[in-house]
This record gives sequence, C-alpha cells and structure tokens, in this order.
Amino acid sequence: MIFERGDIGVDNVRFGEQTTLENKVLFLDKKALITFLLSRDTHIAKCVVSITRPGDSTRILCVKDVVQPGSKVRGDRLGEGRRHVLKNVAIVTCGKIVGYQEGIIDMSGEGALYSPFSTTFNVVLDIVVVPDLTPRQHEETVRKAGLAAADFLGETTQAVTPDTVHPFPALEKEPISSHLPRLVYLYMLLSQGLLHDTYVLGRNAREGLPRIIDPLVLLDGAITSGNCVSACDKNTTWHHQNNPVLQELWRRHGRDLLFAGVVLCTEPVRLSDKETLAETSIALVHELNADGVILSKEGFGNPDADQMLLTRGLEQSGVKVVAITDEFAGADGFSQSLADSTVEADAVISVGNANERILLPPMEQLLGPINDLSKLAGAWPHSLHEDGSLEVELQAIIGATNELGMQRLSCREV
Amino acid sequence: MEHRYRVIHCLNQFFGGMGGEEKAYQPPQLFEGARGPGMLLENLFPNIQVAATLVVGDNYLADKTERALREILALLTPWYAAESADKPKFLLAGPAFNAGRYGIACGAICQMVQKEFSIPAVTAMYPQNPAVIEYKKNVFIVRAGKDVMDMEEALRNMAVLGIKQLNGEELDPDRDHYIPHGQRKNYFAEKTGASRAIDMLLRKLAGKQIHTECTMPLFDRVEPAPPVRDMASARLALVTSGGIVPRGNPDRIEAASASRFGTYSLNGLSRFSSETHQTAHGGYDPTFANDDPNRILPLDVVRELEAEGAFGSLHDSYYATVGNGTSVANADRYGFEIAKLLLADGVQAVILTST
Repeated sequence: MIFERGDIGVDNVRFGEQTTLENKVLFLDKKALITFLLSRDTHIAKCVVSITRPGDSTRILCVKDVVQPGSKVRGDRLGEGRRHVLKNVAIVTCGKIVGYQEGIIDMSGEGALYSPFSTTFNVVLDIVVVPDLTPRQHEETVRKAGLAAADFLGETTQAVTPDTVHPFPALEKEPISSHLPRLVYLYMLLSQGLLHDTYVLGRNAREGLPRIIDPLVLLDGAITSGNCVSACDKNTTWHHQNNPVLQELWRRHGRDLLFAGVVLCTEPVRLSDKETLAETSIALVHELNADGVILSKEGFGNPDADQMLLTRGLEQSGVKVVAITDEFAGADGFSQSLADSTVEADAVISVGNANERILLPPMEQLLGPINDLSKLAGAWPHSLHEDGSLEVELQAIIGATNELGMQRLSCREV
Repeated sequence: MEHRYRVIHCLNQFFGGMGGEEKAYQPPQLFEGARGPGMLLENLFPNIQVAATLVVGDNYLADKTERALREILALLTPWYAAESADKPKFLLAGPAFNAGRYGIACGAICQMVQKEFSIPAVTAMYPQNPAVIEYKKNVFIVRAGKDVMDMEEALRNMAVLGIKQLNGEELDPDRDHYIPHGQRKNYFAEKTGASRAIDMLLRKLAGKQIHTECTMPLFDRVEPAPPVRDMASARLALVTSGGIVPRGNPDRIEAASASRFGTYSLNGLSRFSSETHQTAHGGYDPTFANDDPNRILPLDVVRELEAEGAFGSLHDSYYATVGNGTSVANADRYGFEIAKLLLADGVQAVILTST
C-alpha cells in the first residue's frame, strides 16, 4: 500500500471564463465559485472573492483559515492512492471578528517574512453571513466555505501531470530490526470547545482521542482546523495538510531515524482530563516502542500545561522528548515566557516570542473586513498609524510562530 | 597606525592599591594612568591606554550609593564630556569576580556611565555574583571566574567587548563571553523548527550535547512538613504575606515588591481591629482587610482555639510581609529568616496566610 502526493506549482492565478489549469496558469471563474458557495450554504449572505499574489502591496485582514486546494485522483480511501495539490495556491477565508483572534497576512514588506502565506497565490474569500447566527454557526459557515472552495479549485488538478510525485509507503507494522532510533510524533490538537476545535476525519477531536493514527491518512487531509485562537500559533488547515514534522520524519525515515508512528492527542480544559489524557497518550507512545518523541503544540497558556505533563510523563518513563513551543515573553522580551514548566523539558525548540512587536508598512490594497482591524489579538487601539502602517505583535500574523515548526523563526536570550 | 583606545578603569580599594577592608569606606578618587589590573590590561593590549583609574571603597558605594555615584559622576564628567578628540572612549570596571559589594560598585558605575555619557561600559563578574541579577539587564557583564586566577582572561574579554561595542559590531552572549541580559529576542534560524526539533532529538538520543532553545523557569517546590504530632502542647505562630501591620505601617513595608518583613507583638491582643491594625498590601481592594484585619490573619479565631486548648500556646509575635510582586528570591530569604527566628523561639506549628 502506498500513498502518493502530486505537487503542482502554478505561475499565476487569474480570473477567467472557466475554472481550469492551463500551462501553469490557474483560471478561476469567480461567478461560478460564488454561486457554488451560496447554493450550498444558505447562511452565506455575501462572498467577495479576490486574488492576491506574492509581492503584492496587499494586506489580508481577519483571516480565519487557510486551505490548500487539491483533489483525490486515485484511490477511494483516505491515505491510499494519489492526491494532487496546488502547491503554491491557498484559499484564505476572512470574516467579521468573532473570536478576537483572527489574523493578518502581508504579501510583501517586513510582515511577509513571518507568514508562509506571503509566498502562495491566495484566493481570498471575504464572507458575510446572514444576520442572527450564533458565533458557532458563523464560524462553521466560514470554515465549510473554505473547504468547499478548496475542492472547487482542486478539481482542476485531476487531469494534470504533477511537477513532483512524492511516494509515501506505509509504515511497517512489525518493528524492523535496525540500529536507527524509533521516533514517534505526538501531535497535540487544540480542542477546548467554545470555538477552539479541531476536526479529525470529520469529527470533533474531543471525541475518540488520543489514538494512534496512520500518518498516510494525515497526509491525505484528515485534519481540519476550526480554531479561533491567536493567529500566530493557530494551526490552519493548510498547516495540517502540510505538517512539517510529518514530512521531515518521512523524508528521513530509514536514513537517520525510523518513523515509528503518530499519536494524536487533544488539549482539554480540566486538569483531571489533562492528567488522564497524558497517561493514555503516553501508553500509546509506548505501544509504538518509541525511543524518542517530537511533541508539537497549538495555542499557548493553558496548552503549556498539557505539553509539560506529556513531557514529564514520557521522560520519566524512559522516552526522550523534544517539545516545540512559542513564547510569550512580553513586548520587551524580559518576562517569563511560559505558563508552565517542568525540569524534564530540557530539549525545547522555540519558534519565537509572539509578543515581539513589528511595524507593518502601509499597503495599497486591504482585503477582508477592514473595520475590525484594531480588535485583532496582538493589536491595540493605536496600532493603526495615520500613514496606514500598522504596529502589532507578531501574535497577529497568521502562522508567525507556528508550533508544528513550519517557520525558521526562533528566539534566544541576549 | 593602529587605532588607539583610551579608557577609564574603575577598581575597588583593594585592586586600586589603597588597602583592604579598612579602606572599604574610601570615597571615590581619580588617579592618572593605570593601576593594578589596568597595567596588565595595557600589557595585553598595546593599543589600549588607561587614561585614568577611578578607585572607590566598595562599602562606601554599596552603602551610600546615590552620593557615591554623584561624586563619581563629578570626577568623570571632565574626562568624558571633554571636547578633546583624545578623550576616553569607554569605561571598564573590575573584574569583580565573586565579590558582591565590588560587583554592585562595578554594575552601578557602568549603568550610570553608559546612561550619562552614551559610551560603552563593561564589567566582569562570576555568574553567581549577587550583583549579576541586579545589573545584567542593562550592563554588559563578562563571565569571569571566582577569583583573580581568571584576571587575564576576564580583562581580555572586557576590552574586546568594549571595542566591539564602540565599533557597533553585532554581539552574541556566547561568542563574546558575556552574561545574557535576560531578554528573549527573535531571530531567523537556518532551519525550520520541525527540522531543528528532529536534529535535537537525534542528538539527545545519541547522548550528545544539546542546547535547548528555551530554558525552563524553575519553580521551587516545597515538600509539606509532616503533621504536628501533638497539637495540644504545640507552640503556634502566625505569619502572613497579606500585609497586616500595626496602624501606620511602622516599618514602611512596601505595597508591592516588599523589601522587608516586620515582627509585631501580639501581647495583650485578643483580636485585630481597624483601630490597631491595617493592611500594607497593594494589588487588592483593602476595604475589607482594613475593616477587619482578622479576615486576613485570623487572630480572633486563634485566640478562641487557644482558650479551648486546641493547641499549647501562641507565640507572642507575628511576622508580616507583602506578597504583591515580591520577587521569589526575596520571598525565599524572608521565609528562611522567619523560620530561623521561629525555631529559636521553640515554635512547632505555623499558620501562614496570604491574599
């Protein structure tokens, strides 16, 4: 059994009469997309579709999720056959602020260095919902519109030969004898309810986790984001689709490590739930005979406790851990940066101080609901300067301190 | 011709050649040229000339800090504020090694000089020197050994760091041997976080040295003491971080970040009242505490229990400080000091209240 992912890069994305991919140019029939989205969800009152490209003087505001378009070209089951993806195209959904935690993407300037989505061609959906929806319904509408639009664009990849095909063979069920260390990926999903939800195989992650899961299923898009958490360390659907820990473990599998499997776990709210979850997750890691564990995270504050419980328990039971986290060390960098700690966490990757401030230059074009600007988490009432420049904490930029380790940003003591 | 750097060097009475402890209250004095370690510095760096040496008794500076700094400023101003092109370009202080008061002197002088004259100032200390915590945030402190054995190395690193600062070169705590300022700063690493994580894990599993990117803050965890065996004959004391003090706050315990604790008599008191006691604590609404201080430190109930014979006797003093924003290091120290007093007075049990 093997799963293949075919990457297709485009040179440009433009509006056209039809939605098709020709000679590396993706044409999008805007009207057809809007009709499609409105017809499948009566909660959408209005949808404005824009295209923005790397290097544009464009700022996208109140971004909720980012999704990579793609489609299954072979195989009926998740994690089998082949999926084609538009490597450098992304669906970006925006909407009115609901959770105070929507973020920014800058397509050029200083801010572009911090987000992976300044390098993708972005199809931006600015979605206005019908009146009187609950926040939950609002978010569900926007989330599903993003996923549907990604399928809509993904259809264009069906008859196209990918630039590269990455084969991912199934992990051997029986432990192979090897001197290479066995690494397990413990993948924490934010799942606290109240707009802090992640979906696995279409179900809320709060049900049925922790569990061991076939990594091929994850590569085939099993996880979608439903999270209104800080933009910087929210794992968007795109991040789950392109999880860098998974990809790196696959790439090095059999070379300097043995990729022994993935355990998915949640980040619950109650302490007793956290303790039970840690215990069960650790047992699953042992079932996979792990020597070492990579522990990624989503969010900050409360989830720090989960990460520390897992680290402590694993280390005490003889499994070495490297945990990935971002920091909230204050704007001046002098505060203690985590909400919890444990001596066993002696190997931590820092993906940056999210409180550090950045001055984003004025942009010619603003996309998304621009009136909500100063309500973004990481902004403050005087964030927007008269010349249109915007001073924010990195916290406000989508993916800036991604805790799957997508970015090169780090933090050190000086 | 190689560039020549003129500096002013600061030393305590001992290294400045004035004497030992008996000269520790020596007010600041300025001497032309190098003294003691300054001469070694000139030997190590032919392009560095010590224009003058400032010598100050370390007790004098630690005890009369404000006055001493004013006097030092007056001595240094003619040099650093001079119009001459030949004026000294930076300041070196110490090394102070593990000497606490000398460390305070070096830290305080460097901090003042860089602020007043906008020039680099560098000192060197043993990382556990108590002055490090106070000054590392604002001052470049080169990592030095415990004692003079490390003099040459420390002087060398101090001078190089001063020159680098003067030239506006990029500095790094590891490469340039200074104690980090405690500030977290972002930078772009060569590899992604995911890739660094896997590299680190493989190194850890291979038993190789790893450098965590985020050192855990370590919280002290106190093991609870075993239960008191015989409460009926135990001597009980009251201790609070809730700021209950006699009216008028005689020890002037700060409302936040307390610098002391107070010892107060309970003789003849059956309960606290708003006439006799108050709270000194900031950070919470004091109305209810001032209205009835027993709400924070329940002397009233303790006296009732004493009458019932629930415990042997009540210690005749109580101890109070303010928890609001008080550093862990200070709180730790008050705890030790109070415990010592309690043990000396034969106390076996304590009721510790906070807010």
